[in-house]
Formats: sequence, structure tokens, C-alpha cells
Amino acid sequence: MTVGNDQGRTRPGPLNRRAFFSVGGTLAAAGILAACGSNTGRDGGTTSAAAGSTEATAGTTAGTSAASSAASSPASGAGSAASSASSASGPAGAKPTLNQWYHEYGEEGTKAAVEKYAAAYPNATVKVGWFPGDYDSKIAAALLTSDAPDVFEAGNGPSIDAIQGGQVLPLDGLLGDAKDDFTQSLIERMTYDGKLYAIPQVIDMQLLVYRKSMLADKNIQPPTTFDELAAAAKALTDGDLKGLFVGNDGGVGTLVGPTLWSVGADYLTKDNKVGFTDPAVATAFGKLHELFTSGSLLLGAPTDWSAPDAIVNELCAMQWTGLWTFPTLQKELGDDFGVLPWPKFSSSGAGAPSVPIGAYGSCVAAKSQYPDAAKAFVKWLWVDQTSFQIDFATSYGFHVPARASLAAKADKLKSGEAAEAVKILQENGHAQTPLFWTPASGTAMSDAVTKIIKDGADPTKTLAGVVGKVNAELKRVVK
Amino acid sequence: MASQAAVGAPRAGLGRKLLGPQNRNLWFWVFVGPFLLGLLIFVYIPILWSIYLSFFDARNTVTPTTFVGFDNYKFMLTDPAFLSSLGTFAVFAVFIVPVTYAFGLALALAVNRTHWFQAFYRSAFFLPTACSYVVASLIWRMTIFNGVRSGLANTVLGWFGFDNVAWLSVTHPPWYWLVLVTLRLWLQVGFYMILFLAGLQRIPPILYEAAAIDGAKAGWQTFRYITFPQLRATSVAVLVLLLINAFQAFDEFYNTLSNFGSYPPYARPPLVYLYYIALGSQQDLGRGSAGAIILAVLIGLVTVLQARFLTGRRRSA
Repeated sequence: MTVGNDQGRTRPGPLNRRAFFSVGGTLAAAGILAACGSNTGRDGGTTSAAAGSTEATAGTTAGTSAASSAASSPASGAGSAASSASSASGPAGAKPTLNQWYHEYGEEGTKAAVEKYAAAYPNATVKVGWFPGDYDSKIAAALLTSDAPDVFEAGNGPSIDAIQGGQVLPLDGLLGDAKDDFTQSLIERMTYDGKLYAIPQVIDMQLLVYRKSMLADKNIQPPTTFDELAAAAKALTDGDLKGLFVGNDGGVGTLVGPTLWSVGADYLTKDNKVGFTDPAVATAFGKLHELFTSGSLLLGAPTDWSAPDAIVNELCAMQWTGLWTFPTLQKELGDDFGVLPWPKFSSSGAGAPSVPIGAYGSCVAAKSQYPDAAKAFVKWLWVDQTSFQIDFATSYGFHVPARASLAAKADKLKSGEAAEAVKILQENGHAQTPLFWTPASGTAMSDAVTKIIKDGADPTKTLAGVVGKVNAELKRVVK
Repeated sequence: MASQAAVGAPRAGLGRKLLGPQNRNLWFWVFVGPFLLGLLIFVYIPILWSIYLSFFDARNTVTPTTFVGFDNYKFMLTDPAFLSSLGTFAVFAVFIVPVTYAFGLALALAVNRTHWFQAFYRSAFFLPTACSYVVASLIWRMTIFNGVRSGLANTVLGWFGFDNVAWLSVTHPPWYWLVLVTLRLWLQVGFYMILFLAGLQRIPPILYEAAAIDGAKAGWQTFRYITFPQLRATSVAVLVLLLINAFQAFDEFYNTLSNFGSYPPYARPPLVYLYYIALGSQQDLGRGSAGAIILAVLIGLVTVLQARFLTGRRRSA
């Protein structure tokens, strides 16, 4: 077209500041346009590590449970703002309002159930918060603020740092006469310095599930050692059907404990020292690398090990999963499934078969405005209301009540593979990880195990690298 | 301005003086105030707070009491996992920056040349920018690049008789990079295409006419000597933006590779690692903040150096 007004720009010389900024202006405008939709939560900020990450957590664990019905936002909201400060010291007649938080249970009906329990409590108004996604981070962040819930559940009780940091209150004496009725390994796991910090709600266990018909077709006996398991996995693999599924990460997230126990080792020893220096541990982890590269392991399934879909949809013949999938397994497979613990490593060594067991424990936050009312509610729900406890354990997903007397009463656990699973739990159950096994130790271990399993790194050397990190953590928390 | 205010001063009180002539000061604060307040609360105070935290042993607390000096910085700078996360970023940047640059430019050139349905193509290519990273990650992870036969990628491989590939699970070969790079490329290439289009339309036609008269052939020669040099300002801005965005990578990594609270040590960019230290299960806000500050300084440094290097010395202008 025309010439006139482009003098400054026509020369392709070095960029001057004005040109840079004018393009920058265009970029900024386009950026605003893009921001309308992209919703990444981090336009413009260069240092906002926190800002960028919070939003992403919301949508993460979609693979957690296929059964999860509604991811609706929690009813209670975050704040205990409704209960104003004045009512904290208010008249004795007014009912306090307690906020109680749960992570999202995938099984249908669980949310309605916990709301029903909360509504039935006579001495306080209890609002239930229900959180899909990264619940642990959500709780950890909330405990830093005055918006902390009064009562919340924590996987295997509060972390050692939360206890030592004074974020949670001890719950001594709440168990009363029922103390001996609770599963002792879980009570120990949630006790620090002689004080109990959480009341176990229900026991969850992981275990190996296999298709009886598929093993029978190939004339394979249920494996009792690791080598038998690996051989079975190989024999069962047939084209797109894989022999074994232990998680999309090849077992990093699930098999550390079972592998340690399979050779008689552990995360930590009884006196809180590193428990995995035995050379047999390195050998066992090395075998997991062989399994990973054998071609008989299912990897990259659309849903991960915690959901029953892979074995139900015949992507694999054996799957490491949890007791909570039993309702689906029974519905989809009928009698065509059996249960096993993770086998011991070899028939001669010191190891034993094992299953990890864990429990969500009910805790009381130190920042609660009504600590006594919160403790009273926890005692009411998780100690006194035995009918609610049985209902919560067995009516939705499949869990084992945390108390022996109730486990004996739960009819659904008395027959078939469920009864077999309970037997395995009693004989081979290990608390998932010890109290002093901190998240930093866990990260160091899973990094190392990933390198061993996936990259074929030298197990002895790689595990030796973990020891230093774990020792540093032990030095910090064991007082 | 100051003198005008002074003129008005004898007649009116302090209030009028503060409002400024024609209430300009008032309007300045009405328009700027809310944004400044937001910026202060959501950006500057958190940055200052994390600088403060980075000098304390701040586990499970944002009001720490144990001052540790530079210990957190020392820890982060010698932490092999943090250093390897910087390495991961470098690898990611080496892939994603040139690839997005080249594809963005190529698309822009193609769309710019077409006269049929140009607006349609422009919108179609730009549209993915409006998609959420989280949603796209789930699509990539669960439907396109899952490890079983039902996945799109494995279905295609199946036509040619190949076995299934567990794209996100294996490290030899590192197929996960293919997933991560294609994902981000798809999401952001349209945005950069628009930037290049804007740049292309700023090039005066007279240059092409002059080049044609001088005998330059259409195609490569014109591109090499006219178009590309004229796009320099856009190119610099695009490269700077791409690099900063790569530094800030979080969403697609976190949503494609994390498993149940753990994240594999490979393909773990800095923000993901810091997330696990500070906001995830570890709640070590002191070390996390120190890492964030180190990262911020690095981004600032690289950006300044890159801009300086790419714009060249300011001879003319």
C-alpha cells in the first residue's frame, strides 16, 4: 500500500526498546485474551510457586476411583466463620458448630452416610466437608490457618511433623474401656510419646486379587513365592492380556513395603534405625526390575491399581488392589476371583507373606475453637456409636472395622473371599509405614525404587543413597 | 501538576489538594487502587513472606521461630533432586522452545498466505489455547497415551502390528517426553501463531515490492532476507515467553505423571518438586521457599540475559 509512516520500522537492524515494548503490548493483550480460557492460574507471575500449584491439585486424582460419582464441592466451605468469636465464650446452652472433614470416598453413598452420622449428633451442629483430589495437601494447608476444621480424618493418623508442631490435640482417655478392642498395631501407629493422636475409623488393606478361572486354564497354582508369582505372570500373559498389574508406576507406589517384608526387612527397625540394609533387600528390588521389563506387567492402564477396572475388564489376570474394591469384584466377577497376600521372596529366606494395612484416623485440630466439644464428638462417633461404625465399614466400600468386637459382627466379612481376606489381614497385616517414616524419607525411597525398577539402577548402591537421607530425617524427628 | 495544585491550595483545604486538579488523584486511585491492592495482597506480600520463610526452619507453620540463616539455600543448592529438576527443565526447554517456535511460525506463514477461510483457520488453531491444562492432561493420559490397546496411540501402532507401548510408565526409551511435548505444543502453538500473524501483518508490503524489483525470488529467499528479519521483535518476545512458560511448567507434568501422592524422579520440573516439598505432604515451607526464590532469581537472570543476547547491542535507535 503506502509508504509514509513506517520509517523507523523498515530497517531490520537491532531491535530498539520502543519496538520491543510495542510488541510486548501486543503480547500482553493476546495474553489477556488467552487467559480468558486457559485458566492455568499463573499468568504474569514469575515466582508464584504457590499460586500455580494450588489450582492444579483440584483435578488430579481423577484416576483414583472409577466409582466416584459426584465431585461436587463440599457443602461446608472452608471456614468456621459462621460461628463467631463471641459464641466461643457464649452461653452454655448454645450448641457449638463443628467442622468435620473427610477425603472423598469413591464408593457411592458414603457421603450421605457421614452426613447422616453428623446430623444425628445431639450436642453440636456438625458440618461435613468432603474433599476430592489432593486431600492431604488441603488438610496440611488448612491446619496452618484459623480456618482449620475442628475434626478431620488423616491417613494413618497425623504426621509426626503435625504432632511435634502442635497442630493436633492428644486424645488420651477417649477410648475408655474400648481401648483393648481396637487393633493394637493401628493404635500404636497413631500414638506418639505415650499419647494417642487419632482414633482409627476403619481398616483398609491392600492385597493381591487373581482370576481363578484364568489360573485354572493354565494349570497354575496360586503363587507362594516371588519367583512363582513372576512365572505365573509370564505364563498368564497372552497378547493384550497381561499377567499382573501392580500399578502404572510398576509397583513403586505399592510394593516397597511388601518387598521389604518379603525378605524379613522393614522400613525401620523396632528401635527406629534404618531397617533395609540387608543385602537380600537389594536382591528383591532387583527382581522387580526384571518383572518390569519382562513384558508380563500391565502398565499404563486407564485407571490405576486402586480401582478394580483393570482386572474386571480383563486387561490383567492378577492385580494388586484393595479390599475396598470387593463390592465391584463380587458384582462383576461373581466367584471367579481369589485373594492372596504379597508372597514371601523365597521359600528359604527370613521373609513372610504380607499385606499393608492402614486406617484413616479421626483427629482434633489444635486450632479448633471448641476442642472439648470436638473431642466429645470424636468419642461419640468413633467409640460409642458402634452401629454407625459397622455401617461405615461395610455398607459402602469394603473395609474392616477397627475394633475386633465389631469385625466379628460384620456379616459381610464372614464368608467367601472377604473372610479369606480378613484372615490374611490378621495373619500377614503390617502397618503401612511407621510413624517416623517421614514424607521426605518416603520421597527418597520412592525416587530410589523408581530408578531401580524402571532404569535398572544398581539396587545396592541406590538403596545406600537412601540411608543417609533417612538417617537425617530420623535425627530430626526421633527425640 | 504540582504547581497547579499549589494554585488551588489557598482556596481549598487539604482535601481538595489531595484530590488533585479535576479530581485526577481520586480517579487515579479509583482505577489503579483495586488492582494495586490485589497485586499487593496476592503477589508482593506472598513473595516477601516466602523470602522471610526461606531463612527459617518452617515446617508445618507459616509463622516460624527458628532462624537458620542460609541453611535452606545451602540444602536446596546441594540437593541432587532439586538440581536434577533443573536439568529436567533444561531438557524440556530444549524440546519445547524450538519446536513451538518453529510450528507457531510455520502455521502463521501458512495461515497468512491463505485467503480462503483465513478467520476460520485462525480460530481453529487458536482454540486449544482456551483448553485447561488439567483437562488436556487427562485426555492425553487416559485416552490418547494410555498403555493399553484402547489408547489412540496404541490403536494406531496396532494397525502396523506393533506391541502396546506404556507411554508414561517406561523410561527406556523416554516416551513420556513425547506425551509432554505434544501436549504442551497442542495447547500453546495457536497462541504463538497469533503473535506471529500479528508480526507478519506489521511488515510493510513495500519491502516485498522492493525485494521483488531487486530480483529476490518468492519463497525461501524472501523469507530469509525479508520476513524473518522483520519478525525479530516478535521472535524475541516469543522466545522469552516460551522459556518463562517452560520454567513454570507444572500442570501437565503433575497431571500426567503423578501417582498417589508420589511423583517419579524423572521428568520432575522444579515447580513440581517444590510443590511436594512445601505444599504437599512434606510441608517444609522454609526449604520450599528457598527453592522458589532460587528459581525466581534464575528465571529473572535467564530472561534478562536472553533478551539482551537476542536483541543485540543497541547501536541505532
